[in-house]
Amino acid sequence: MATSTTDAPLVRPDSTIVNAVKAVALLRESPVGLFGALIVLFFVLLAIFAPLVSPFDPNATILPFAFPGTAAPDGGVFLFGTDHLGRDILSRIIWGGQRVLFYATVATISAYIVGIIMGLAAGYFRGYLDEIISFFANVILSFPIMVLYVLIIAKVGASGLNIIFAVVFASSPGIMRIVRGVTMDIATRDYIAASQTRGEGPWYIMLVEILPNARSPLIVDFCLRMGYTTITIGALGFLGLGLPPPDPDWGGMITETRAFVTGGFPHMAILPACAVSLLVLGFNLLADGLREVSLKD
Amino acid sequence: MADPNGKGNGSGEPPVLEISGLRLSYYTRAGEVPAVMDFDLTIAKGESVGLVGESGCGKSTVANGIMRYMGKNGGIVGGTIKFQGRDMAELSEEEIRRVRGKDIAMIYQEPMAALNPSLTIAAQLMEVPMIHEGVSEEEAFQRSFDMLAAVNIPDPKRLMDSYPHQVSGGQQQRVVIAMALLSKPALLLLDEPTTALDVTVEAGIVELIAELSKESGASLLYISHNLGLMLEVCDRICVMYSGEVVEEGHIDSIFSWPKHPYTHGLFGCIPLPHADKNARPLAAIKGQLPLPHQRPKGCYFGPRCESFQAGRCDADHIPMEDVHTDDDPAHRVRCLRWNEIDHDAVVSNETTREPIEVGDTVLEVDNMRKYYDVKESTLATLISREAVRQVKANESISFDAGEGETVAIVGESGCGKSTFAKVLMGLETATDGEVRLDGTDLGSIEVKKRTPEQLASLQMVFQNPNDTLNPSHSVGYQIGRVIKRFGIESDPAKIQDRVHKLLDTVKLPRAFAARKPRQLSGGQKQRVGIARAFAGNPKTVIADEPISALDVSVAAAVTELLMDIQREHRTTLLFISHDLSAVRYLSDRVVVMYLGQIMERGTTEEVFAPPYHPYTEALLSAVPIADPEVEKRRIVLEGNLPSPLDPPKGCPFSTRCQRKVGSICDDEPPPVRLDTEGHSIACHIPLEELREVEPVITIPDRDLEATT
Repeated sequence: MATSTTDAPLVRPDSTIVNAVKAVALLRESPVGLFGALIVLFFVLLAIFAPLVSPFDPNATILPFAFPGTAAPDGGVFLFGTDHLGRDILSRIIWGGQRVLFYATVATISAYIVGIIMGLAAGYFRGYLDEIISFFANVILSFPIMVLYVLIIAKVGASGLNIIFAVVFASSPGIMRIVRGVTMDIATRDYIAASQTRGEGPWYIMLVEILPNARSPLIVDFCLRMGYTTITIGALGFLGLGLPPPDPDWGGMITETRAFVTGGFPHMAILPACAVSLLVLGFNLLADGLREVSLKD
Repeated sequence: MADPNGKGNGSGEPPVLEISGLRLSYYTRAGEVPAVMDFDLTIAKGESVGLVGESGCGKSTVANGIMRYMGKNGGIVGGTIKFQGRDMAELSEEEIRRVRGKDIAMIYQEPMAALNPSLTIAAQLMEVPMIHEGVSEEEAFQRSFDMLAAVNIPDPKRLMDSYPHQVSGGQQQRVVIAMALLSKPALLLLDEPTTALDVTVEAGIVELIAELSKESGASLLYISHNLGLMLEVCDRICVMYSGEVVEEGHIDSIFSWPKHPYTHGLFGCIPLPHADKNARPLAAIKGQLPLPHQRPKGCYFGPRCESFQAGRCDADHIPMEDVHTDDDPAHRVRCLRWNEIDHDAVVSNETTREPIEVGDTVLEVDNMRKYYDVKESTLATLISREAVRQVKANESISFDAGEGETVAIVGESGCGKSTFAKVLMGLETATDGEVRLDGTDLGSIEVKKRTPEQLASLQMVFQNPNDTLNPSHSVGYQIGRVIKRFGIESDPAKIQDRVHKLLDTVKLPRAFAARKPRQLSGGQKQRVGIARAFAGNPKTVIADEPISALDVSVAAAVTELLMDIQREHRTTLLFISHDLSAVRYLSDRVVVMYLGQIMERGTTEEVFAPPYHPYTEALLSAVPIADPEVEKRRIVLEGNLPSPLDPPKGCPFSTRCQRKVGSICDDEPPPVRLDTEGHSIACHIPLEELREVEPVITIPDRDLEATT
């Protein structure tokens, strides 16, 4: 992306922040989207202020098998109860949310960088390069995604970095297909011909002339994909392939306590599961809202 | 005349459509947008009425309003629409559904969008009488078949079994017309029915519409932005401006004595045959159409009017007034000063220009060929090495252009003119031959390998205003980038300075540098496109249909601007167009292309007068001219452009030629005959014979006396 930053625009267009505020302001017109945005914002704020809002140390074993509302021995209340090891579930959900959001964001952005570069190249250069990229993308896309994750993580080991790697591997082909489609459309526009006839290089054309015009489908897809990645991280955690313990992660919390669901302590697994669902719902509603707003004029 | 529906009984002949005080609005983010204000219209039985105006004036909204088809965000705010005496607003959904398609039929601009791609044409046609009249399948088939024959489709049997994509655009539109007529409608709404078609095809459709309206007895509401077409189809026209009718009357009356300054201005914008770029330039209307929520007080046209009087024209809303002429009692105009303005005296554009001295030859195109191999660079073809077919997009193109000269390349879609532009720009390379700019052959150098000087010396103005600018970047950035790339300036402050100067040149405010393209109108975008093309001081500019997507008043301004800049920079201008009126007006020399080959070439006077190539003759006849005094010989071409994959063996034009000599035309390529030094015609017919052809267009002498 270096090319885009070296060319200072003559007249500064609206900054990204101003544009983001404008986009959020547009969401007023989609109550559903606004609701989604609020959910996502809620989790983001929780994640950022986790040290301040979490009532207990998420890894401290205090009082096992406490139901929601039980008073803690040293003062305070276990609002969501504690798990089998005596750790406060609310604190673990808050800190787990921080990890989930961090890894989901980093993984999705990484997948986007790879997918965008592949999609731009395939859609702009066409020909053999396109065939080769599309072929491998189709091979990956045709694989059951969970099996793919399990294979990758089982091979390289469970760690935050490897989750990012797995998500990039599995998501970038889908992103590449979107970018490729939009690129092929935009590449036929006259302004692309105009930039070619002033001798611009292919990467300038792809990154500066084409990519900014692909933003609206990509932003919608990004929100959806954040949701998918959240599920993925949860599912990997559930399979024991997620972020390494003892630090909390939602999927891991469910899998550790699933034995107690039938044993009279359903809150231990259900509450983190609700957190996953709520966050994914937020992302999906936000994506719906953005799509709705972008289609209006 | 028989009433097709047997409903119009009673005293006298009630009008088919009676609209009074109609107001239509759309509801958007910005609030209510009043698209049509206080609209009155009466259409008698069998009458054809034209609705003319520029884009955004509410013509299509009126048509949709009549059909009560305003979409989710639109609605009728006031007034009544009476169709055959019934108030459309009072009809139930079920009743309106029966009216649509049966009593009122609509024909849209895009035939392909009006036809269902997954059904055969037979199925789509037969459905009309089967649904509306409940006739049997055999009966429906027979009626559809007869109707296709009635709209002059050569092989109706074959067409019935075809799918829409298998037939050409002109035939598709004929099918749509047939479909509309099958239910014997009382009223036919045509919304720009020929705008998407080539001129020669358009001529055929327009002739058909004019014929059918006389034969079927249906009333016609013909919507178009093209005044010339109105003249060929309509009895009466309404000129719309910013949501209201500003002038209406009989066609002859409006064309001969336009009373409203806007109507008068429109005629001044059209390159009529007697316009001349030096002696009598086009008079563009200043300013632009106000947005619906920004209409001025009083007369909506006030801010753009040459005869505007403050305190009077901007006081109250202007009512329609009768213009009492003997010829046309129905002539009405929405202007307070119609009686005072002497349109002959108000000549808004008195400037004349010195003709440009054409300098040394800058561009030489020598026997240039461009063949495309029809193959795909896929892995499959790489492995199989299949044989490829060739499309001869350009065949032996030769001509040259001097400094400051305007050379027009004329032809319909598919004639290879855009391919030629691509080769010139280096987006494609020539298969054979040379394209020399200042002596250097550029034809074989693709754009990536051209030096910055070569790139800068050859720039292009594109056709589609919405596509020419990148929507993500500001106007200033896009012009500045060219200046920077071509190394004219490198200091940001100097670049900005030059961007501002270029904006001055194209008559746009400097503040536009900060705007994004979506904040600009079509004409403004096209101006920015021109500024961008001229930013690198090019020697030659290719303008590929630069005005065809613009409204007439805007097109005139852009044309004049282009010529002013060309004059100032002594740029060679290659003007690619299908519009012979514009070409006649602004070019010095003309190259007529058909199916990749040059058919005729010469100075503008030579090409527009006999001897003509038969194709030039047909093109000239096809172009509608908005002047009732110009006489035109009618030539309507049969058939369609052959596929460039499988061109005729002999003369490319032989399949449609109205002067075909015989089998020699099919078998042998035509010889290039030289009429004068610069004027050549590729035809089997000897020049002596072609010289005896009558001129297609006869211009009366009165334009001499009308000169100021």
